[in-house]
Amino acid sequence: MHYEAPVREPLVLGNKSYHDVTVEVARPIETAPPRSWWIAFSIALLLFLWGVGNILYTIGYGIGTWGLNKTVGWAWDITNFVWWVGIGHAGTLISAVLLLFRQKWRMAINRSAEAMTIFSVIQAALFPGIHMGRIWLAYFVFPIPNQFGSLWVNFNSPLLWDVFAISTYFSVSLVFWYVGLIPDFAMLRDRAVKPVQKHIYGILSFGWGGKAKHWQRFEEVSLVLAGLATPLVLSVHTIVSMDFATSVIPGWHTTIFPPYFVAGAIFSGFAMVQTLLIIMRKMFKMEHYITIQHIEMMNIIIMVTGSIVGVAYITELFIAWYSGVEYEQYAFLNRATGPYWWAYWSMMTCNVFSPQFMWFKKLRTNLIFTFIISIVVNIGMWFERFVIIVTSLHRDYLPSSWTMFAPTSVDIAIYLGTIGFFFVLFLLYARTFPVIAQAELKTILKSSGEEQKKHHSDHDGHH
Amino acid sequence: MDTTENLKVGELTSAHHSAHVAETPVLSAMFRDDDDLLSAVKAVRAKGYVVAEAYTPFPVHGLDRAMGLKETRIAIAAFFYGALGLSTAIAMTYYMMIVDWPQNIGGKPSFTYAMNMPAFVPILFELTVFFAAHLMVWTFFVRNGLYPGRKAQNPDPRTTDDHFLLEVEIKGERSALESLMKQHGAVELH
Repeated sequence: MHYEAPVREPLVLGNKSYHDVTVEVARPIETAPPRSWWIAFSIALLLFLWGVGNILYTIGYGIGTWGLNKTVGWAWDITNFVWWVGIGHAGTLISAVLLLFRQKWRMAINRSAEAMTIFSVIQAALFPGIHMGRIWLAYFVFPIPNQFGSLWVNFNSPLLWDVFAISTYFSVSLVFWYVGLIPDFAMLRDRAVKPVQKHIYGILSFGWGGKAKHWQRFEEVSLVLAGLATPLVLSVHTIVSMDFATSVIPGWHTTIFPPYFVAGAIFSGFAMVQTLLIIMRKMFKMEHYITIQHIEMMNIIIMVTGSIVGVAYITELFIAWYSGVEYEQYAFLNRATGPYWWAYWSMMTCNVFSPQFMWFKKLRTNLIFTFIISIVVNIGMWFERFVIIVTSLHRDYLPSSWTMFAPTSVDIAIYLGTIGFFFVLFLLYARTFPVIAQAELKTILKSSGEEQKKHHSDHDGHH
Repeated sequence: MDTTENLKVGELTSAHHSAHVAETPVLSAMFRDDDDLLSAVKAVRAKGYVVAEAYTPFPVHGLDRAMGLKETRIAIAAFFYGALGLSTAIAMTYYMMIVDWPQNIGGKPSFTYAMNMPAFVPILFELTVFFAAHLMVWTFFVRNGLYPGRKAQNPDPRTTDDHFLLEVEIKGERSALESLMKQHGAVELH
């Protein structure tokens, strides 16, 4: 059996048996949701419906309903796209990278983090879709001859790389998540007493029975998928950053973009995991599984990646000056001191300054403080994308084309609508899916359970 | 565990599956603990019994070795699926960008694959991952016989919760095997 040093904090609190884990993971599905769930769901649903209305309005009238103009041709839509894709990254980081590094603490949070990945990539994919204007021609992005004639898509274009990156990322994350869910759906199927539930979880579980050979393959498949998902997740935000970096716009045309975008993505993604899990552990009484230690670990990652992002911001400024290119220099001066100075300094405060509080153990183990910082970080990361996109564009090559960008109510509604859609999906997931990878968690119960660990250290004392 | 023994047992079990799986009666023993299950598997195999199947609620570390299962080759399959994805991507970009409709984009003509290939690296990478991941998961489903609507494979619903079921082929006296199982902590015998 796996042995763990007594100095390590237990990952599962209380004296849990395997059966307790089963019961507690199944509880949110088998009981009526708390009132707080209904309140949150109603608000999210209203936001979502408001967003749907505005998306339909956009499709009907065209993207002239947005605040775009001839200088700023990309604004909130692409900001939101990059923001949502970035948020998704933490889920893959937790389930794949932490699996490769054998970090057992991932087991309590990987299911929900992966769910977050899938739901946020859905939001992200919406934006390029509706930005096309004529969404019914969306199949143009696939490698089929245009007009079904003989002109192909352009594989030199980063926007097309993005299509391949996002669709691979989405579909691979989905199967990774689903393979992990199968044994847990089987657990729900075998417990279900209502025939409808039994039938649905029976279909979802694909007939899984937990045979020894199947578990052996299951573990191998999980490991290989983690090995594939790790470079994949790094490639996705790298390619997203190339949408900008391969252009010749001052402020975009920089080689630092790929690592800088990836670090920012992990940073914002972990912040969103914190936001979701702090609510979920309370709503569904999962405090014994998603412990303060889990929150603390994620805060440390937020602190480290936030500092990497800070270094990237400063490097960008330095290189702009050091390059000697006056347009590059102006682009950065304009970011910090131009009409959008408030966006730049919001970004700096939220992303570079606020995570530094996590150096203090008292603060990084405080739930309310963590929750506030997690929101602040996501506001900051939204501003980062806004700053990169809008401030680099709004002062064009000719001063006669200089403009400002202001969002319309449609821009705002669609953005808030995706937040609503995201929470609708997440709240439904939290009620119907096993939110903790219980089969995996049972494997560490004996080595990392609180009571079991005590027993081990007593046992060690006798030797 | 040494590999020659592994192979021998693997051959034995596969021969057994094809020949007389239906006729051989099995004893089903239920355990409440994964360590009991492991020690029982080791004990019955040491006495020459053949383990037909084990159903567990989670992957029990070392169970596959204790049962003498062969190592899975699904990772090797994934490598070949990845190679297939890479080849497909190369063929696709070569045909579409070089053969069928070469274009002069931005004053940078790319009429040979070698000149144009660096721009396709993201596509080559993504399709490699796409093929490797999806085809491996399909293989996983097919080899395990998992599909939507399939009846639960475990004979007892408690084995997805906290019970561990071991099926051993009966050879000689049933009672000898039963007492061996009980010695190792079996709580139910069928």
